[in-house]
Amino acid sequence: MNRFAALLDRLGYEPRRNAKLRLLVDYFRHTPDPDRGYALAAMTGALMFKEAKPGLIRGLVEERTDPELFRMSYHYVGDLAETVALIWPAPGHESVAPADGTPTIGHNNPPPHVPTLTEVIETLATTSKSDLPARVAGWMDALDETGRWALIKLITRELRVGVSARLAKTAVAQLGGIEPDEVELVWHGLEAPYEDLFAWVEGRGEKPESGNPAPFRPSMLSHPLEDEDFAKLEASEFLAEWKWDGIRLQAAAGRGSDGRPVRRIYSRTGEDVSRAFPDLVEALDFEGAIDGELLIVRDGRVQTFNVLQQRLNRKAVTPKLIAEFPAHLRVYDILFEGEEDLRALPFAERRRRLEALVAKLDDPRIDLSPMVPFETWEDLAAARTDPASVGAGLDADAIEGCMIKRASSPYLPGRPKGYWYKWKRDPYLVDAVMMYGQRGHGKRSSFYSDYTFGVWREGLSGEELVPVGKAYHGFTDEELVKLDRYVRNHTVKRFGPVREVEYGKEKGLVLEVAFEGLQRSTRHKSGVAMRFPRINRIRWDKPAAEADRIETLEKILERGEQEVHPLKDQEA
Amino acid sequence: MALRSTDILTQTPQGLYCPLGDFHIDPVRPVKRALITHGHSDHARSGHRSVMATRETLRIMGVRYGEDFADSTQEAILQESIRIGDVTVQFTPAGHVLGSAQITIEAGGTRVVVSGDYKRAEDPTCLPYEVVPCDVFITEATFGLPVFRHPNTRAEVRKLIDSVALFPERAHIVGAYALGKAQRVMALLREEGYDQPIHLHGAMERLTELYKSEGIPLGETPKVVAAERSKLAGAIVICPPSSIQDLWSRRFPDPVTCFASGWMRVRARARQKGVELPLVISDHSDWDDLCRTIQETGAGEVWVTHGQEDALVHWCTTHGIKARPLHMLGYGDEGEAEEASAAPADAGGNA
Ligand SMILES: [Zn+2]
Ligand SMILES: [Zn+2]
Repeated sequence: MNRFAALLDRLGYEPRRNAKLRLLVDYFRHTPDPDRGYALAAMTGALMFKEAKPGLIRGLVEERTDPELFRMSYHYVGDLAETVALIWPAPGHESVAPADGTPTIGHNNPPPHVPTLTEVIETLATTSKSDLPARVAGWMDALDETGRWALIKLITRELRVGVSARLAKTAVAQLGGIEPDEVELVWHGLEAPYEDLFAWVEGRGEKPESGNPAPFRPSMLSHPLEDEDFAKLEASEFLAEWKWDGIRLQAAAGRGSDGRPVRRIYSRTGEDVSRAFPDLVEALDFEGAIDGELLIVRDGRVQTFNVLQQRLNRKAVTPKLIAEFPAHLRVYDILFEGEEDLRALPFAERRRRLEALVAKLDDPRIDLSPMVPFETWEDLAAARTDPASVGAGLDADAIEGCMIKRASSPYLPGRPKGYWYKWKRDPYLVDAVMMYGQRGHGKRSSFYSDYTFGVWREGLSGEELVPVGKAYHGFTDEELVKLDRYVRNHTVKRFGPVREVEYGKEKGLVLEVAFEGLQRSTRHKSGVAMRFPRINRIRWDKPAAEADRIETLEKILERGEQEVHPLKDQEA
Repeated sequence: MALRSTDILTQTPQGLYCPLGDFHIDPVRPVKRALITHGHSDHARSGHRSVMATRETLRIMGVRYGEDFADSTQEAILQESIRIGDVTVQFTPAGHVLGSAQITIEAGGTRVVVSGDYKRAEDPTCLPYEVVPCDVFITEATFGLPVFRHPNTRAEVRKLIDSVALFPERAHIVGAYALGKAQRVMALLREEGYDQPIHLHGAMERLTELYKSEGIPLGETPKVVAAERSKLAGAIVICPPSSIQDLWSRRFPDPVTCFASGWMRVRARARQKGVELPLVISDHSDWDDLCRTIQETGAGEVWVTHGQEDALVHWCTTHGIKARPLHMLGYGDEGEAEEASAAPADAGGNA
């Protein structure tokens, strides 16, 4: 376990893909089966066990530490798993225990046994809920700080180390000098701890049979389009589509050895997510692999990302959920048709094949992402800012910009240069007035770094500011220092970590806030909630009286929702 | 009759002051007579008229501020009692950096120990800490939170050596404070069997020479020549922490940014500095050692000078020890105050 922990620790700090790959290969090379296989499963999301709740971890640490010391430590570190991992009073470290508490560990006990990753995973799969706390506590005693951190991240399923399933599989492939696609092709017939896979790549065993007639093929990704790119790109060599604000998926279908159809849906990193979308799986009545965007479509109208999020947030996929949030695949590329690999064909050619396939499918749940006609980049810029004007119609608000694809582009894995670009729609901007500042967490705990801001509205007793959101990024470190100073120098009231600052028609600081969308909300006084708000600019120059009004937001909201949630009345 | 502890030591704007002996300890402003615990520049400042410190600390101050840094200097012999005014003073090893010492002041049957900065972990470059039983113990609390538990330094150094083996085409740039940490890392690398030259930023050179002249073997430590930086693939380079992120380090082949510091225990701190290989190596006591040391001195009263004072004061109070925070200003985080003055301005150009 400590070895796996050391790998995760190192990966967490390493930004470079190639360096990550080297670390992974090194780990797989020097770690025996079955540990390395479980590590691979952990990184590809293929582990099956019920996760532990953060409350369990908290409960364990509270029994063992002085509450005041824990509070100060958590405030300093800012991350629960990390605080617990560091403060955990392992045998011989009683100095954090409550002074009057009984020692939790007897000095005469033998040193605890350090678990292997395999033991942890196998135990998690079989331990009952009531036995889990004692198990976890025993492991925590035996592991070091990094080991405890990794254990908590693993069992709470918070293992985010910047390694995609694809990268982990690429590392396995490199171990034996084979192509990552080869691993991908056999992958879905395999199970943790993958001893047959390692044996094959290391030349010690037979190639595992591809149990999967509907495998994942690595996705092709785009580059953000920069302003200076236009001078270099010839508009006539490109085709454009809308960029949908949904989730990228790959749908693959084929026939098993028994002749029965096999249909699967993968995330863009190759995770099999079929179980979450049985309604869509059912619609995959073809053989091959297509690439598209998951959307929620009700009565022929694409819903916003907020609505999609609601389906994704539910764990149990019930018929009610499916009826309420019907999944839809809007497709834009085809990789395979039957056994035929189309990826080397030019995009324009693949598009024709895709159009034919979708026509043949004739299923309302699967449709084509329409092309956006344009002659010059200026045309496209106009279309991008106002999709409704060029035929996006009622779907305009599920569009977050354009995709621009070279007509001659093959379908290549990864993010090759010069073929695909995304040109996102500009965010919404609003000028708001700072109302409260709050202390940040972790490294920002000494700064007032979270700001609540408001816009003007007509209140019962005249013009007033109503809070519409809270932002804690978008500014530089230097701006943070200035904002922090502003909060301290203009405080009128304090509530614990929060300070209310001066604001009004004559005084107050205007913040230009950028955000991606709006949602109605009953939890907010203003009735609206922003998606991804951030401080775009600090308007030191702008008088507070000239900040925006709630009507500005209402207008954006009306454009965004167009149609009331059909089941909303029932819910309310 | 025992004196009150405040007759022996009080707090003044200049720092801790002993009225009965008429001297300051580690004053932050120029004074008539200063007793200095160790050479870090937040403790050992220039401009005092007379300075008393260990021989090594006096040498370090000489390197830092020029040989004539004080009108008069007096060498403190470890473990030897001397009379100053109405008090007896003794210097005892503190285990922090070369020459570091705790200062014991005794008068009328009361003993006060000013520990300066100290650590209990092993360090091949200085004498180990010795517990001095006392009535009042004055401690730092740089790492005074129970989340700071420093790991075995050898394992940390092994991480560095293993990374060099895994990435032989990249240079490993290790940020380390110029006094103490840098030399400790070099000595540990040697003890772990690393026998290649260890390349030094210009700001490290003179203090490293001083360590070597004190008989501490650090092996071959060439200074980095600006024009040769691109040829140092696979090398370990030690530089001041302020240099790991600046242009100077960008010229090395695909550098791996490392930082040797107790702060590296907390991920957010390491990320904030853009560190890719954090090495948790500290010259200060961790939480367990702070608590253990307080108990071992048997002190009934503890004053906490700087760092995370609140948690340590809380711990003392819950363990029946009288404690108060001094909130002293002017002492840096593990030598952070030091780096600004230690790195010569031209280090970027010709180092
Ligand atoms: Zn120091
Ligand atoms: Zn200090």
